[in-house]
Amino acid sequence: MFYREAGQFKTSYKADQALFPILQDRIGIAVILIIAFAVIPAFANDFFLTSIMIPFLVFALAAIGLNILTGYCGQLSLGTGAFMGVGAYAAYKLTSIFPDANVIVMVLVSGVFSAAIGAVFGLPSLRIKGLYLAVTTLAAQFFLEWCFIRIPWLYNYNASGAIEVPRREMFGFIVTGAEALPITRYFVVLCITAGIAFLMANVLRGRIGRSWMMIRDMDIAAELMGVRPLRTKLMAFAVSSYICGVAGAMMVFFWLNAAEPSSYSIRLSFQILFMVILGGLGSLGGAFMGAAFIWILPVLLKFVPGLLGIDIAAETVEHATFMIVGALIIFFLIVEPHGFARLWQIAKQKLRVWPFPY
Amino acid sequence: MNAFVADEALTPAGPDASGEPEVLLRVDNVSLAFGGVKAITDISFDIRKGEIRAIIGPNGAGKTSMLNVINGFYHPQEGTITWRGKVRRKMKPYEAASQGIARTFQNVALFKGMTTLDNIMSGRTLKMHRNFFWQVLWRGPAEREEIEHRKRVEDIIDFLEIQAIRKTPVGRLPYGLQKRVELGRALAMEPELLLLDEPMAGMNLEEKEDMSRFIIDVNQEFGTTIALIEHDMGVVMDLSDRVVVLDYGKKIADGPPEEVQASQAVIDAYLGVSH
Repeated sequence: MFYREAGQFKTSYKADQALFPILQDRIGIAVILIIAFAVIPAFANDFFLTSIMIPFLVFALAAIGLNILTGYCGQLSLGTGAFMGVGAYAAYKLTSIFPDANVIVMVLVSGVFSAAIGAVFGLPSLRIKGLYLAVTTLAAQFFLEWCFIRIPWLYNYNASGAIEVPRREMFGFIVTGAEALPITRYFVVLCITAGIAFLMANVLRGRIGRSWMMIRDMDIAAELMGVRPLRTKLMAFAVSSYICGVAGAMMVFFWLNAAEPSSYSIRLSFQILFMVILGGLGSLGGAFMGAAFIWILPVLLKFVPGLLGIDIAAETVEHATFMIVGALIIFFLIVEPHGFARLWQIAKQKLRVWPFPY
Repeated sequence: MNAFVADEALTPAGPDASGEPEVLLRVDNVSLAFGGVKAITDISFDIRKGEIRAIIGPNGAGKTSMLNVINGFYHPQEGTITWRGKVRRKMKPYEAASQGIARTFQNVALFKGMTTLDNIMSGRTLKMHRNFFWQVLWRGPAEREEIEHRKRVEDIIDFLEIQAIRKTPVGRLPYGLQKRVELGRALAMEPELLLLDEPMAGMNLEEKEDMSRFIIDVNQEFGTTIALIEHDMGVVMDLSDRVVVLDYGKKIADGPPEEVQASQAVIDAYLGVSH
């Protein structure tokens, strides 16, 4: 009733294969974009931007990256954190080698380095599948983390061993460094994340996206339809690592300001993987929903006792948050193993037939 | 035999002087073994352009292995395969696909997470060439290419009468329709040789009749050469122009359906012999 495509006839294939063929979806996405670009900047305070929105968008982008590899191409990876780290260190080196270059361009270029490294670590995927591939990507995680610690050139021989983001300006605005305003950072992160998500949606509906899904669903049949397995898988690794690399660079440049090797540890890989699984494998919207659940929910939960007027210690709240989020993860995975994206699909179907059951 | 193959390579397409129909694919003395297990022993036969060729035999006779050899999954230890007059080197399945060999599987091998439309579109993969850059932009060349191929795919969807399930994920379809979508996916490749591995397995009579009609239509309207494996003898005898019979990896008969049906070796293989 509320979500009915009846009467929306398509008269061309162009209209039929649009990203959002249904009017209600187009309205929905327009509303979300207006909220993201106008409402949030107008009303949000600095805390909301720096602690919730910016990390949320960074994680959503990383989840999109991993989703391309795991959700669309079916190659399980535990090296996401390390590939993000490659992006971060590459961006840091690029900005110190080319101090005058545009920092956003540097962030986007840094993804190329992680794409190259991702493709190298994707080579075993031709022979190894599933959990075993996850173990080989784990090797990437440990090896790259080791590099971040042991190769001082990567952090410009800092005594602290950490990378610190220099101050950079663009069109008179400070975009990076400690003095950059949260609102400026937010806009940069939002534009990059929304832009890459849109471009990936394009790739995924065309030949290349289909060949990834063919490999995921039935690799033998895919090969028979003319898909070259190695080339296709390496491409998925490269594209995925590029996006993760950009997300990693944004993480340090627009959110944390400084990063240590431990910022890109296996913990981060798992965090992103959980976002992808919980959001829904093989869904771009799911990547956003998963990131929101894993990142925003705990932050919000911490405010619940204060709002209810319950006076408990901060540590107790912290522990309780962990437990509640853990329980919710289990709950949602039992309710719908295919993640929030599938729940959203079911909800749409219910809205379509409401008030009838089917 | 080798001299004959060399001669063939020189002959251009079309029936040769003797009036014999053109041979599309020739299998010569092929043997395939997995360790000590001999799946195929010294088999030779040919597939002529435009015919429906059936490969039959009891379970475990090596029929599917034969198809796997033809489309490059298995590499025979001995023997040669001549494709369109040229002896074929050892090749990968995707190379066989690009030469015009398509196939369906005994146990449906569709892309379960994709819709019927996407599954059939996937058959066009080899014919689409826009690179990553254009795909990212979408507007312009990539979109035009997609629409152009969509038209061809819609023709196939019309031909197979599956318009209603165009946007349904194939995992949700009943078995008979899945088989039909799989045929559509192979047709989307516009193959010269179509290998069908038990296209009617597990179907009821009506579905079998539909599928038989599709196979004949494909053969006659598109001129596609078809090699099919099937256990339903009624279907095999009605559809095929020539039949090759395998048993325990060996060829025991080859010829028109009536001839094969009358062959004592075939009767023995199917019904057993008293020793």
